[in-house]
Amino acid sequence: MKAKRTTLLLGELRESLAMALHAIAAHKLRSALTLLGVLIGVFSIIVVMTALRVMQNNIESSLSELGINSFMIRKHPMMSFGGVDWEKVARRKDITLAMGRKLAEQASQPQSIGIETMFWGGQVETRLGQSAPTVQVFGETPGSFPSRNWVIADGRAITEADVDSSRDVVVLGAALAETVFPLGSPLGEKVKLNGLNYTVVGVLASKGASRSDNQDNVAIVPLTTGLSRFGRWNRSLNILVQAKDRSSFESTMDEVRGAMRVIRKTPPGEPDDFEIISNDSLIAQFNQFTRVVRIGIAGVSSIALIAAGIGIMNIMLVSVTERTREIGIRRAVGAKKRNIMTQFILEAIMLCELGGMVGVVLGIIGGNATALFLRLPTVIPVDWAIIGLLICSVVGIIFGTYPAWKAANLDPIDSLRYE
Amino acid sequence: MSLIRLEKITRRYQMGGETIHALREVSLTIARGEYVAIMGPSGSGKSTLMNLIGCLDTPTSGSYHLNGADVSDMDDNELAEVRNREIGFVFQTFNLLARSNALHNVELPLIYAGIDTDERRRVALEAIESVGLTDRMHHKPNELSGGQRQRVAVARALVNKPSILLADEPTGNLDSRTGEEIMALFEQLSRSGNTIIVVTHEEDIARHARRILRIRDGLIASDEVQGRS
Ligand SMILES: Nc1ncnc2c1ncn2[C@@H]1O[C@H](COP(=O)(O)OP(=O)(O)O)[C@@H](O)[C@H]1O
Ligand SMILES: [Mg+2]
Repeated sequence: MKAKRTTLLLGELRESLAMALHAIAAHKLRSALTLLGVLIGVFSIIVVMTALRVMQNNIESSLSELGINSFMIRKHPMMSFGGVDWEKVARRKDITLAMGRKLAEQASQPQSIGIETMFWGGQVETRLGQSAPTVQVFGETPGSFPSRNWVIADGRAITEADVDSSRDVVVLGAALAETVFPLGSPLGEKVKLNGLNYTVVGVLASKGASRSDNQDNVAIVPLTTGLSRFGRWNRSLNILVQAKDRSSFESTMDEVRGAMRVIRKTPPGEPDDFEIISNDSLIAQFNQFTRVVRIGIAGVSSIALIAAGIGIMNIMLVSVTERTREIGIRRAVGAKKRNIMTQFILEAIMLCELGGMVGVVLGIIGGNATALFLRLPTVIPVDWAIIGLLICSVVGIIFGTYPAWKAANLDPIDSLRYE
Repeated sequence: MSLIRLEKITRRYQMGGETIHALREVSLTIARGEYVAIMGPSGSGKSTLMNLIGCLDTPTSGSYHLNGADVSDMDDNELAEVRNREIGFVFQTFNLLARSNALHNVELPLIYAGIDTDERRRVALEAIESVGLTDRMHHKPNELSGGQRQRVAVARALVNKPSILLADEPTGNLDSRTGEEIMALFEQLSRSGNTIIVVTHEEDIARHARRILRIRDGLIASDEVQGRS
């Protein structure tokens, strides 16, 4: 009996799917238009969730870039999580090397203060080989190393002397050292960055297989060397500050903030004309941002899906009318109301799933466009893909139920006579 | 024991304020293996009677026993099961699924009977073969002639090995030669033991049956058993 019920269900399922495909194929344009709504609804969910996940990964890798008890002072916010007055930000004065030096003199609480900027991304050449064109070249002062979590594995770090005399020296990230000097030690070797030679003085320890291997794919030169080679014009530097410990983190930040305002001559009462970024502030900002985005997208996609659902209901009602005779035939040969109901609900679900699947695929592609644009690793949000398809089924069930109920309750005799 | 026993079956329809008596206290028994023709003018209640016997409809009053079971107080699900198990319908307008091929049309009752795929295929092929359409089984209804469509319908009606084959004017949409072919098929089915009830208003067709039931205004006007001619 149980086995029979299973075969019944399987047979019914297969029958329903086949009929649904027939029906959808018979009205391609009509089906496509109906699917569009579901497609848009699901697409909007998936594209945003994929993009958020891409950014979340980036945030996580930025977090691990900042060392313990560290924060960063920048002209620009880290990422635009909304609510940023970009015009105002653009009018801010650049952060210069002089400002950084003054801060280092004046602030007493920090453990270390480093000044840095990212100069260039590209290919690194040596006599032995070439790197991928994705190496990031940073200019640093010695104080940056603790805040950046950089540990020397071999050789030495950038020194004050390197900075003072703008020496042509470079410290390589572990992965980069590995690719360009696969055999011996790179110390003392020359590497060519943007056409000019630098001498390798140190190699960083690997930060481990974190999710962006970019972190080990770096070349570090003295900040002053970089400024003269890559130009100082229109370049705002970042200041990295490490507090002595967790307990003095807040007061260190307050001191640095005050000192920076004085150095930059920020008028009293005006907001800071620079950004202070810490892991905490990044997480808080990102969470705030994602909350707003999630609420927004929930609203947009709900409206799209409800509209789509009404479209589906409409098309299903038309389909029920068109197939009245089919329903009568099925009832005459032994289909129960429940069988008819199942068939039409399955058809509505199929219709939704078809649109949903296209929406999911396009959404993942669209969301990863941000990853390509921001040069971040791509993601496939499997959980959201599944949620998206589940939502489709729910839409199909909700809006397919009434037409299916109508179909199931047609009078068999009238249906058989229907022209 | 009789296969079909109708007692004082009445079926009324409400049309606006008017009550139509389609059947008035009809009593009737039909035994297993009988071949019955139902005749009568249009609107006399033949289809109503067929639908009641076929469990597509329920009487306004009266009782109906099919195979010993009281059908008149079954619910919708039970009636569907009875239709699936006990009844094979053949309609004037064929009533095949337009988008499905002959084989699938024949398989349809087996799907709702919960028969598994292999068995279903085997039984359906057998039924198709018994109406001589094996070479047409992958054709859709619109690729078949009227006579072939009605054969598919007969195969579908027989596929579940029902107790009764009900045919409501099965030759009404066929030319007389094809109609004769279908009636020859019925005769053969009757000889192999099937219980058959055919509605028709053609005397030629009715002559195939052993028993002729004439209906007029919802009443049985005559019920005669004829010798083989
Ligand atoms: N669904 C219905 N609603 C109202 N009247 C009906 C319905 N079905 C049949 N009738 C009426 O019942 C009577 C018998 O109809 P029917 O059994 O179809 O006759 P036949 O098949 O002998 O031509 C007719 O008067 C017909 O108009
Ligand atoms: Mg009739």
